[in-house]
Parts: sequence; structure tokens; C-alpha cells
Amino acid sequence: MATATTAQVARTVERAEPAAPRRSPLRWLSDHIVIIIGVLVLIYIFVPIGYIFALSFNQPAGRSATAEFDSFTWNNWKTICEPAGLCDSLRLSFAVSITATILATILGTLMAFALVRHSFRGRGASNLVIFLPMATPEVVMGASLLAMFVGLSLDSLLGFTTIVIAHVMFCLSFVVVTVKARLIGMDQRLEQAAMDLYANEWQTFRLITLPLAMPGIVAAAMLAFSLSFDDFIVTNFTAGQSITFPLFVYGAKLKDFPPQLFVVGTLMFFISFIFVIGGEIWRRRNARIAAAR
Amino acid sequence: MTTAGLVTPPAAHVDGAVARRRGWGWLLIVPGMLWLAVFFLFPTVQLFFTSLYDPSGSYINGYSMTWHFANYVDALKDSWNLFVRSFAYAGAATLICLFLGYPLAYAIAFKAGRWKNVMLVLVIAPFFTSFLLRTMSWRTILSDNGFVVSTLKFLHILPPDGRLLATSVAVIAGLTYNFLPFMTLPLYAALDKVDPRLIEAAGDLYAGPLTGFRRVTLPLSLPGVVSGTLLCFIPACGDYINAELLGTPKQYMVGNRIQAAFLTEQNYPLAACLSVILMAIVVVMVVFYIRRAGTEDLV
Repeated sequence: MATATTAQVARTVERAEPAAPRRSPLRWLSDHIVIIIGVLVLIYIFVPIGYIFALSFNQPAGRSATAEFDSFTWNNWKTICEPAGLCDSLRLSFAVSITATILATILGTLMAFALVRHSFRGRGASNLVIFLPMATPEVVMGASLLAMFVGLSLDSLLGFTTIVIAHVMFCLSFVVVTVKARLIGMDQRLEQAAMDLYANEWQTFRLITLPLAMPGIVAAAMLAFSLSFDDFIVTNFTAGQSITFPLFVYGAKLKDFPPQLFVVGTLMFFISFIFVIGGEIWRRRNARIAAAR
Repeated sequence: MTTAGLVTPPAAHVDGAVARRRGWGWLLIVPGMLWLAVFFLFPTVQLFFTSLYDPSGSYINGYSMTWHFANYVDALKDSWNLFVRSFAYAGAATLICLFLGYPLAYAIAFKAGRWKNVMLVLVIAPFFTSFLLRTMSWRTILSDNGFVVSTLKFLHILPPDGRLLATSVAVIAGLTYNFLPFMTLPLYAALDKVDPRLIEAAGDLYAGPLTGFRRVTLPLSLPGVVSGTLLCFIPACGDYINAELLGTPKQYMVGNRIQAAFLTEQNYPLAACLSVILMAIVVVMVVFYIRRAGTEDLV
């Protein structure tokens, strides 16, 4: 509720501003300097994406595709799976990230509920243990996990299992923190009201608590997925002979760099873009329906 | 240190209202805690022991535990300059991120109006594309025959034989680019909570826009600055991809050394020493910084 009023106030302030007389170009510049810098930074953020998009249509003169633009072709888009191992690495990456996301989201949500809703001894220590992985550089986590797997002679396990173990480990903290923030912001009186209206614990949880916590859980899952899918450093230590997509890109830079990688990069950008925009439209539609009631 | 900041910053005022139940509900924390204990705490402790192994052993012949503390002296002698460089690069990148991210977050929070959500999406979306691919494309952009270098040469900012790729500038620029959203999002979350009426009130009380910003907006956004700088600095310290792809061995950071010692040389005691030192320095810096910033509740 509080955010809604703030937003409204912000909007009123916004409307009031242009009414002020514009005295000089200098005045205009000082009024808009922040938004100009903001847009410039956004452009900077998009420069490499533009390059990736452009290079996905490049027909490289040599075998490698990191040089400048040679000639236009649709070919790379038609032959995404042609470079040996590229699509296998994508498949493995999806399998790993989906498994890790599901596990980390479930475990992390349970932890967040315990931390926010229940009092127990060792809450402070638990918070510290959850915080530590976020303060540990990834090289250290990867190195220590590899040392452990090797030390316990689990070398044969290295691959899918160990990557998932590592990914769940570093995603957990981020899930806990995200869900916790949502739970703390939730109005507990709604659940009390449900109980007053003779809902039992399970009904209250299913009909009130879970739907209210859902945005936090979904945000946490998306965060976990993107952290896991794009992870290189920890995966490089724990993957053994398996090759995920980031490992494939890294390997490719050592030999020749197939232009199809830029196609995958472009696709990843657009697919996630559609997901985010779709989510936003869905959220707005729900808000409209809720407002109409 | 919250990514909580990414979505909703911790609402301290509601925190008091949360009723915590006694009973067995806390058991919910057990599976996750076990996971962290087995796959994070245990390996970290073991890493510490590995760092004290007799360095004359090898991966194939095995190591013997000799409480060889001299390993640390050797490790620091071997790569103290890498530590200095890592923290310098990470610090520089974090500062630049702050100077780029703050105006961006401010513009989204206060100036974007109905474009707010669109701008937020635009900030996040590029970072769903592979981190390595983005760094590879920076390699192309900053290359010797790219337009950035030729423009800078034309403007005489760069000498005719100057280059960007394979310099510290390129590595810091790469770090800055890759960790910018980790700065922008917590800053946005903090700024979005600032009540614009307070800024207005400052104006009514004859504070100029700059004074109003310095005395009202900036202090209120400090939690965002703290979590943003931490989320930027910590991963930047341990990163080795930017140094490897955009720099040369002259720009290598401690992450490069750890990775090489572990995966190429398989000198486990040395790699473990370097990791323990890196982790210790980062944790100490983080705790000290959070204490100084007075936001202990974030931990």
C-alpha cells in the first residue's frame, strides 16, 4: 500500500515539474542531466548486445568469428547445432539449471520460512552461514569443492551430479535472502484473519500464505536459474569432463570461435526479454483485474 | 549484503510486527542447512587443512599433513602483487560502477515516470546473455582496429601506437560492465523507497537541489550503496575471466593464479593457501565495511 502512495506522489511531482518555465538551454540541461546520464549508461549496457546480434549474421572469412564483420548471412541461424557439442552443452546447461533451481528454491524457501516465522536457538549463526557463501569469491568455492571431491575419491562422480551440488550450494543463499525479504514485508494479519474465519493451518497456508509469498519465490527461482545457467567459475572446477554452455564458450575461445555462439547469445537475450515483458504484462493484467473487483 | 535489495529491500518497520512461533517449525531449516554444511562449510574447513599440507607432495603421490604454516609465507611471496592488483582493480571497478549506477538508478526511481518498469527491464535483460559472450564481444569492441580505439586516437586521447585491449583499462572496464547490474538494482531498490515529499520538503526549507541531494536523498539511499558496492566488489575480487580475456598475464589477478595452481599445476597446497588468504581478506573487509556503514542488520 505504502508503495502505491509513493508512486502516486511521484507521479504528481512529475506532472508538476514541466509546468515550471524553461528559462534557458542550460536550465533544461540541469533539469534533465540525470535522465541523460541514465540513458547513456543504458546505451553502454547495450553495446555488446548489439555486437553479439550483428555478429550472429556474420559470415567469417576465416574459421574463427571474433574478427570484424565480413559478409551478411542467415546461415548461422539455420545451423545452430552444427558446431560439434554446442547443442549438447546447451542441453546439459538446461538440465543442470532446472534441477539446481528446483532444489535451491525448495530448500531456500523452507529456510526462509523457518527464519522469518519461527524462533529457535542459533538463528544468528544460521544467518551467518547463509551469508558466508555470498561473501566468498567463486574461485574459492569452486576450489574447495573440487578439493573435497578429489579428497574423498569421488572423481568418478564429477559431472552432472557435482555441478548440481555446487549450483544449489551457491544459489541457496540468494533464494533465502529474496524469499525472506518478501515474507518480512507480508501482512501477517491476513493469515490471522483466515484462521479467525475457521481455515485450518493447511488451508491458510495454501490459500493465503503461499499465494502471498509467490512473487518472492518466483523472483528467487528466476535469480537462481540465471545464476546457475551463466555460471562459469564454479562449474569449471566441478564439471570434470562434462561441458556446459559457458564451458563450451570458454573452450571455443581457445580454438576457433563458431559464429553460431552469437546466435545462441542473441536468442538467450530475446527469450529472456520476452519472459520478463510477458511477466510484466501478466502482472499488470492481474493488478487491473484486482482493481476492478 | 542483500539481494533482498533486488526485489524488496528489508522493511525494518514491519520486522517488529512479525510474530515468531515456537515449536517444531524451525526444522524447516534443517535440509538447507545440511546442504550448506556438507557442501560449503566442510569443504572450506578442509581447504584450510589442505593449505597446511607438506608442499613436497603431489596430486599423484598424495600429500601428508604437516601443519606447514610456512606455505602461507611462500604463497604471499609468490603472489602478493596479485592480491594488490586484484583489490585495486575490483575497487576501481566498484567505484566506476557506483558513479554509473547511481545516476541510472536515480533516473529510474525519480525521473522515468511511466517508463520505470521498461527501464528496469532494459537494465536487467542484457545480463541474461552469457557472461562469457559479452566479455568476448568487449574483446572485439576494444580491439586494436575497433572503432573505440580509432576514435580515441583521432581525438588524441590515445597515442598513435596506444591500445586498449590487453591493458589494465580494458580489464577494469570489463569488470565494471559485468557487475554494473549488481550495483544498479540495490541502489534502485533503496532510492525507490525514498519518499519524494522529503526531497520536496528540503526544497521548501530553502535547500538547493544539490544540498537537498546531499542531506536527504544520499543518506537515505546509503543501504543501497552498501549492498551495491559489496555485491560488486566481492565477485570482482575473485574474477579471472576479465583478466584472462581482456588482459595479458601482466594484468592477471589472484583468481587466475588460484585457477592455474589448482587445475593446471595441481599444486593444491599453494592454491588452497591463496584461496584462504583471499577469502579471509574479503570477509574481514566486508565485516569491517558493514560495521562502519552501520547496517549490521543486513548480515
